[in-house]
Order: sequence, then C-alpha cells, then structure tokens
Amino acid sequence: MNISLRWLEAFLRRSLDPREAAERLVMLGAPVDAIEPLHADLGELVIGLVEEVRQHPNADRLRVCRVNDGTAERRNVVCGAPNVTVGKKYPFARVGTTIPHGKGGEPMRIERAKLRGETSEGMLCSARELGLGQEHDGILELVTDAAPGTPLLEAVPLSDHRLVVDVTPNRPDLLGHKGVARELAASYGIPFRLPVIPGSATIDVPPPRRTADSGSVGSIAISIEDPESGPRFHAALIRGATVGQSPDWLRRRLEAVGVRSINNVVDATNYVMLELNHPMHAYDAATLRGSALIVRRARAGERLTTLDDVERELNAEMIAIADGEGVIGLAGIMGGAATEVSPVSRDILLEAAVWDPRRIRLTRRALGMSTEASYRFERGIDRWAGADSMRRCIELVLATAGGELADAPLDLWPVPSHPPRVFLRPARVAQVLGVEIPWHAIERYLVAVGATVVSKPDDGRIAVDVPGWRPDLVAEIDLVEEIARLHGYEAFPSGLRPFRPGNLAEAPIEAAIRSVRRGLVEQGLYEVNSLPMGKADGDDSVRLLNPLSAEDAWLRRRLLPGLIRLVEANWANRVEDVRLFEIGTTFAGAAPGRRPVEEFRVAAVITGRREPPHWSGTGQDRLDLWDLKGRFESAVALAIPGGAVQVEQNAWVARDAEGRVVGHAGPLTADAPLWAAPLFGFELVLDPSPRRAPTFTPLPSTPAVERVLALLLPQGIEAARAEAVLRKAGGPLLERVDIESDYRGPELPPKTRSVAFRLTFRAPDRTLRDAEVDQTETRLLAALAEELGVRRRDAGSAPGE
Amino acid sequence: MPATPSPVSTGYPELDALRPRLQAIPTLGADALEAEEIAILGRKSGALTAALKRVAELPIEERKSYGAAVNRLKAEFEAAFAARREELEAERKSQEHAERDLTMPARHRWVGAEHPVTRVVDEIVDIFRGIGFTVAVGPEVETEWFNFLALNFPADHPAMDMHDTLYLDAAPAEGEPGGRLLLRTHTSPVQIRALLAAPPPVRVVIPGMVYRNDAFDASHSPAFSQIEGLAVDEGISFVDLKATLIHFAHRFFSPSTKTRFRPSFFPFTEPSAEMDVECQLCHGSGCPACKGTGWMEILGCGMVHPTVLENVSVDPEKYTGWAFGMGPHRITMLRYGIPDIRLLLEGDMRFLEQLREGARAQRREGGQ
Repeated sequence: MNISLRWLEAFLRRSLDPREAAERLVMLGAPVDAIEPLHADLGELVIGLVEEVRQHPNADRLRVCRVNDGTAERRNVVCGAPNVTVGKKYPFARVGTTIPHGKGGEPMRIERAKLRGETSEGMLCSARELGLGQEHDGILELVTDAAPGTPLLEAVPLSDHRLVVDVTPNRPDLLGHKGVARELAASYGIPFRLPVIPGSATIDVPPPRRTADSGSVGSIAISIEDPESGPRFHAALIRGATVGQSPDWLRRRLEAVGVRSINNVVDATNYVMLELNHPMHAYDAATLRGSALIVRRARAGERLTTLDDVERELNAEMIAIADGEGVIGLAGIMGGAATEVSPVSRDILLEAAVWDPRRIRLTRRALGMSTEASYRFERGIDRWAGADSMRRCIELVLATAGGELADAPLDLWPVPSHPPRVFLRPARVAQVLGVEIPWHAIERYLVAVGATVVSKPDDGRIAVDVPGWRPDLVAEIDLVEEIARLHGYEAFPSGLRPFRPGNLAEAPIEAAIRSVRRGLVEQGLYEVNSLPMGKADGDDSVRLLNPLSAEDAWLRRRLLPGLIRLVEANWANRVEDVRLFEIGTTFAGAAPGRRPVEEFRVAAVITGRREPPHWSGTGQDRLDLWDLKGRFESAVALAIPGGAVQVEQNAWVARDAEGRVVGHAGPLTADAPLWAAPLFGFELVLDPSPRRAPTFTPLPSTPAVERVLALLLPQGIEAARAEAVLRKAGGPLLERVDIESDYRGPELPPKTRSVAFRLTFRAPDRTLRDAEVDQTETRLLAALAEELGVRRRDAGSAPGE
Repeated sequence: MPATPSPVSTGYPELDALRPRLQAIPTLGADALEAEEIAILGRKSGALTAALKRVAELPIEERKSYGAAVNRLKAEFEAAFAARREELEAERKSQEHAERDLTMPARHRWVGAEHPVTRVVDEIVDIFRGIGFTVAVGPEVETEWFNFLALNFPADHPAMDMHDTLYLDAAPAEGEPGGRLLLRTHTSPVQIRALLAAPPPVRVVIPGMVYRNDAFDASHSPAFSQIEGLAVDEGISFVDLKATLIHFAHRFFSPSTKTRFRPSFFPFTEPSAEMDVECQLCHGSGCPACKGTGWMEILGCGMVHPTVLENVSVDPEKYTGWAFGMGPHRITMLRYGIPDIRLLLEGDMRFLEQLREGARAQRREGGQ
C-alpha cells in the first residue's frame, strides 16, 4: 500500500518526519518496505518571472525572454512555448540544473546555448519536462505569491514522501490513509480528523434513507436480490455534473500514491478508496437501461465487457450488478465498459457497497484478475461506514464536478447488524502476556484503536465493542494482541524464566542422520541439498497437480538421479573430482486410500582422483569400485544397525537386520565428457532404530603369531567363502583374517587364482608356540580342502608374483 | 681420526708406507673414500688384504708380530673409514636440508563438509537443545487440515495467499483428517503432530524442508528449509517467548547483538511478532543489505493461538504456548554473503569447497 506522507499530515494536522513516521508504523506492525521521496529531482528548480518577451529575430516560432530568477542579473532565455506571457511565473531551470524529463524522456542538464544567434541561459519548463503531467502544449504557469528565485518545491506543495507499507492480510483498515493516520495518532497520542476538501464547506449532504432490499434514487430503482452476496448498498445520484480534469490538489494526492488521474468523478471514487478503504463505483446514469440497478448472482454464461475492454464470461458463483436488461458490472472487482463515466456524462450514480469477501475471492481467482477493489473487498471492509464513504464521495464530486444531489442517498440494508462485542478478562491479559497491564492502560489502548469499552470490570471481564473497520478483532485473544501492540513489544521484560522439560523424546531419525552425515563427511564427501521435483521415475512416482513446469511435475522416488545431474553440472564446469552426498526425503506412490510413502534416504556419488594430485607424483590414481565399496560399507554400518553389505547378482546390496534390501551400490551411467573418471554411487534407506554403542573387549597382553596362506581358489569360489571356512575352523585362536593379494597368472593351474590370506593367531592367556600354530594351520588347510576343494599354492613360489 | 696416536713405526717398511694414506683419509671426498677403502681393504686386491696373505709366507717366528701389526693397522684404517663416512653422511644431510624448498605445497587428503545450511540448522538446534528442547520431525506430505485448518488458517482467506501451495495428485489416507494432500508449506504442521503425540509440557524444535509454488530464482525456491520451535505449558507467556528468542539471538550471533520485536500476523499465533536482529554487516548503521534500516528480519513468532490448542484438545485456559519459525537458507545466505539461493540447492563443488569450514586456513598453509 502506497501512503502519502502529506495526506497523513492532513489527517494529523502536524508535520511528519518520513523516517520517524515509518519507524513508528514498523513498531506497530506495518512494515515500511521503502520511503520514496517524490519530486526530489526538482530540488534545483526555482520560480522564474518573465519580465519581457520579444520575437526571435531569426525564427518565427521562438521568443526571447528576460527572466528574473531572483539574482541581480536578468537571464536571456529562448523559448518556443506559445503561452509564455510577460508578468507570469514559471518553473525555471538555471544553467547547470538537471531536469528530469528532457528530450527522449531522459534527465537533461541545461547548458548555456546559442539558438539561431540568440544566447539562451536557462529553460522555462513544461509540466511534462518536470514529470508532473503529460501536458506539453506550453510551459507550466504557476499561480504563486513566491518571489522569483524561490525553490519550486517551496513555492508549490509538490514534495512528498511515499511510504510503501507492507499491510498484513488481517489489517484491511491500513489499506486507507485514515487507518494509517489512526495508528500514528495512537502512537503520538494526538487526535486526527478527516482532511478538509477544498470547496466543500457549503455542501450539505442529507443523511441516508435506509430501506431493506429495494428503493430508488431519482428515477433509478435499486434492489438487492441476494443479500448474502451484497449485504449493504449505498447509492446516490448527482445530476448535471461536468466531467473534466480534477483540480491540482486532487491529482497530486492520487499521483503521490501512484494512481493516475482520470477525471474528477473517477478520481473522487479513487480518493475515497485510498482514504477510507472503501472502493466505490460511479455509473453514467444515462446508460442504465430500464432505470434500474440490481444486485444478484451472475448467471452461467453471461458475458460482460469490463472497463479494461476484456470480454469475460461469468459463472453462477460470481456477483453481478445488472440494469433492466442485463449484467453491467462485476461487483467488487470491476465495472462494465458500457456504463463507464465519460466526458459527456452528466448524471452520475455513485455506489458504495459491501460484498461477501469469499465470493469476491472466488471470482477474482476464477477470472485471474486482481484489482485495487477486489484486494480490499477480499480482506473485508467496514460495513457500518458506507454512509461516511458516500458522503465523502458526494462532497468530492460536487466540489470538483458541480451538479446537484438528486435525492438523499439511499442505504439498502436487508439484514442490519452491529459490530461484534467481545469480552476481555484482565487476568487473561496477564496470563498471555506475562505481566500485569494496568486497567487504565488497557482501556486507553482499546480506545486508541477505535473500540468502545462498554462496561467496567466487575465480574472480572470488560465488554468491548470493536470497530467495524477491524474484521480481525473477533475474540478475546485479538484484544490481547492489540493491548500488547500498543503497549509496545519492546516494553515487555525479557529475562529467561524457569521451564519444565517437554514430554517428547528426541526423534530417532535425527541421530541417524547426524551419524551418517558425519561419517560421509569424514570420507571426504560434500553434502548437498537439491530440489525434489523432476521427471517421472517409474510408475509409482507422485505427481504434482500444479507443478512449476511440465518437466518438474513429479516428486523424486530416488536420490541418485538428482545427484547424477549435479555431477554432470560439475563436469560442465570442468570439475573432475566430484564427491557428493545428500540426505533427504523420497516419495513413492501407494495404493489408493494410502498416503504416499516417504523415506529418509542417503545417497552418494564419487568420481575423479582418489586423493588430491601432488607435485611429488602422488594422487594420480582414480577412485574405483573398491573405494565405492568402502564408502558403502561405512555408510551401511552407520545408517542401518545390524545391516550388512552382500553380493547379489554381481552387485552390492545392503540388507537390514530383517534381511530386507535397503540399499545398493555400483557404477553409474551419466552423460560424461571423455576426460571424466568413472562414476560410482550408492543409495540407502536410513533406519531410525536405536544405535548400539560398541562394547569393550580387553586389549591383548600376549604376542600374536602371523602366517600367510596363499590359497588357490578355483573359479566360483569367492574369497569370502574361503574366509568363512577359515574363521570357522580357526576357532577362537584366529584373531584376524586379512587379504594381502589376489593374483592370476599363467603359471597357476587353469581357472584358478591365488589369494594370499594373512592370518593373525593369538591366545589371550599365553604365548602361542609355533607347533600349536602349525597344528592349527594344518587343520585349516584340511577344512578348506574338504569343504571347498581349495588347496595351498605350491610352496616355493611366493604369493603375488 | 683414531683416538690413540699410532706408533711411529711398525718396523715393517711396507706397512709404514701405508701410514700417510691413513692420515689422508679425513680429507677424502665420498668417491675417493670408496676407492681408497677398496684399495686398502678390498677382498681381492686391497693392500692390507695382500699383506695378511703374506703372513703365511713368513718364517714362523715373524708371523706373529707381523700379523699383529697388520691387524692393528687394519683396525685403524677401518675406524678411519667409518669416521669419515659418518662425517660425509652428516654433511650430505645438512646440505640436503638447506636446499629443501619448504614453501612447496603440502600433501592433503580430500576433505568433505556438511552443507552450509546443515551447519546453520545444527547450530540452531543445538542452542535450543541446551534449553530443554528436543528435535521433532514430521512428514513432508500433509493434508490441508494439518497444514492450514488446524493452524487456524481461515478457508478462502487472503492469509492463504502467503502460502502458494503445491498439491499432490494423490488421495489422503482413509480416516486421515482433512482434505487434499499437499507438500507442507511450513514446518508448523509438526506443531500439531507434536501436540497430538504428547500432553504438555511440550518443548520441541522442528527442522525440515518446506515447499512453495515459487519460481526458482535468485531469491525464491520451490523448496527450502525451515526450523520451527514450540513450547506449550502452564504459565508460558509472551515474556518467555521474548526471553528465549533473545537468548537464541545472543548465542547464534553474538552476546551483544541487539534485537527488536514488532507486531506481525500469522493465523496460528496471537499476539504475533517478528524478531529483527541488528544487521550483521553494518551493525545497525544502515547498509544496502538491510535497506538502510540497520535491522534484519530473522524470524516470525508469537503466542500459540487458543484455537490451535483447542484443535488438538489442549485446554487453552490452562495451557499457553509460544512458537517461532525461521528460514535457515535465508540465514545461511546472510551469514556467508551468498547472493543467490540457487547456489545452496545445486551441488557446485567449487562453491561447496569455498564454504567448507577451515577452507581459508588451509589455503594459507598451502601458500607461504
């Protein structure tokens, strides 16, 4: 909402500092997004008095003027304006001054110049050149007592500040200057009054005639057919108005808040909207067919060309205004083109109505059009203030367009009502706010926002009649907020008070996430967050009804596809070492009647070199499958208590303690440049079940004995099977089994390989003797031969050659 | 040099002739030393080896004294060679050390990092853990009831316009309260779930991703993180709200950070407030980042609306509460001076490496 500081000053009858006023509004709950000085670019212009005008000797259409700019010298100014007149005052730009709209609309610096032989020292300016209007037929004649040389902004009340106020949806009253002025008046502790409309002193508007659902103004019959849609309707008819340009003060008010002046009648309705937050409408009464105006629901398929010249099709949910023959306006949103006030209009029908906010919202959304009027009606306007809006508008029209009021205004109000009454307990105020606010302060705050305190506290509560312009005040807690707001949030103490711990235990997934994240960071991976929307990924992808784009219409089922895209983006940046992981939610569709399944998952991708390249020559190796397996195993250990990595169909999978497959790892295909290293990745479902801490076993105090066994493994016998046999047969003495090498070569028997196992034996209570180890080794070899048909590689050739 | 001076003469001229060579050893370079060692002690043609071989040819009475003389001399040579070798080795080492260029870059390991937003979230969570809060989480797919209605959003009201919602083409579970399925637009539905899960006192902090139908540009994203806090108990007031959040601001920013509370509007809290902290760039004097105000909006908060408590069957006359919500993505952008939220939702390694904690320190070590 754009607010003019001058307009507020007119309400408060005092001058305001823009920053200070903005600060007060911020602390009352109306953030000011910007303070825009208006016409500050005219600061260098002065009043120039033309003392002499003569014809330019060498140009028919130019005049040479002597201009008094307040200095001792007189300026010679060549001027092409036909209206330049001796003895009149104009905005004058001295040499060196910049005017905001020079040729081509750009700011222009005025230089000393010679025009067809005559020196010109400055410029007399038109309204357009100063950004004050579109007129460029001549220079802007100023009616002012100010002496030549007076700064233009001092002589003419052009300067203003526009406050851009961010109004929250609960405060429609702040969409009018009166509401903002009320807040500031409360803050300063001063009264406020409606500004005086120039020329309105002699205008006397009779009180409205109230009827139920039908009546007439002049010869126009008005009726409400659907009181739920239009609960109240004020109308007035002005005859013999002269539609034309608005006076300067009115145009300036509108322009200060960014509203274009159209004509005196339309400007009057806009003025009332911006001042009192009541959108009004004016009809050319002569265009109403059948001399009737009817408030009703639209009929499906009815068509209307609105003021913006767009033909729209209405439906039965919308509120229509019709004349004797058909729809002429979209109530609360936009009028129709056919009944628009035009320069030839003489009789004007004014409307100040109240519309059902819900229906306005539905219509606005259905038609995809938001207007200043719909914005306000959606938020709710004061249904008890229509008479004031109408009186204000009538005064404005009569003062600026003349004419006569045909009748007392009409007030159609089928179901009269009162603003709500709310009960407030001071004890509740103390309970919520944490401090006792004295009764007299509570009363003062409530009165300042326009409420009426009806009774004093006797049974511990106060009756409060809330004002009609505050639809947000309907319950006790709403008044508590008003009291806190006007007391000032900063006035409350802020010392920590004792608290009780909550009843909810920590969400178990949180610990799982932190531990997996820490583990992957330690492995040299970077965490990413990515958007979970993308292409469909299988039949059970969950689709969005209103996606941002057709490509991003599905929710991810897996994390890896997104991570692969991130790797490709890094490759596009010529980054070859990419190690990323993400912990996030995946979504999968479910059977009808069940919500989509969400899972917390972790996925990682790695590609590039194993370690940073170093000048000494290290760090040239690329990450391979075994690096992937290592990271996968670490992640499984952290993510899935009791989980294990297994080989299945020539790939790695993770199974949880119950044996369900909860993850997989392997090489990935991607759109890779030629220079890219192979890409690997894994994805796992996080298990929130509790983590068990590792248990302590006493550290060894006896020496270990190591033996290396090079075993010939026939094709089809995996190392893990040999290891399992070794562990089983080795018993408690076999402490560790490590694999030292895996060798294949022509000197080995066909279809075998030689895998060297390093075995560590230890007895916890004594030093093992070689003979004992020899015996064990013999037993191990026997078990291998028996169970797997595996034998030792012939002695004499060292393993791994 | 040998510790004891040698006798002037052995009485054997051919042995005495070797003595000047013994004395010359401390002056030999590495190559000459090796050659001399071979010349004197070499197994095949060493001078002393030859002398020892000759012992057998001598008359029996000379053998003993000659042999002893040769062996003495051999020991002296051996000691001299060893001493010189050590000396040369020490010289070589000190030479090598002096020539080493210590400004050469170190050898590092790949390091990883938590996402900058994660660091911010964890910091916030840890501060609240310290004052009795536990972490709660909830689903990202919600129903309209949890996301809006239970939180006192009036249906068909402009307050809904603050939440441009993404709806799902899926049906809610049978028996689940409330309307269409959507991606939660804030973490506040977890307030409802927490209050349904346990009776007050409830004291939870709720991190998570939230979704809006916003175009992906420098300052908007269809997905971003939020962190929410909720405290409900007897005797909780606006004073507790202020005190707790000021405590947070002092821990998260600095103990001297100024804060201010100003009225605002959220359907699920009343009174509602925004907390601003003093601009961390200009410290209140006004700069472009804070639009000249000296303040930065950091979180929205308020007293839990009585209707919200009623909706989860908590007696609002007995219990009161407060809640807050803030955006870790936005706070991360402020903290690290990141101009574009998209950088936080993509996986550019260069960006992630730059913002890793300790990244700058390592660059310094890597240089001089």
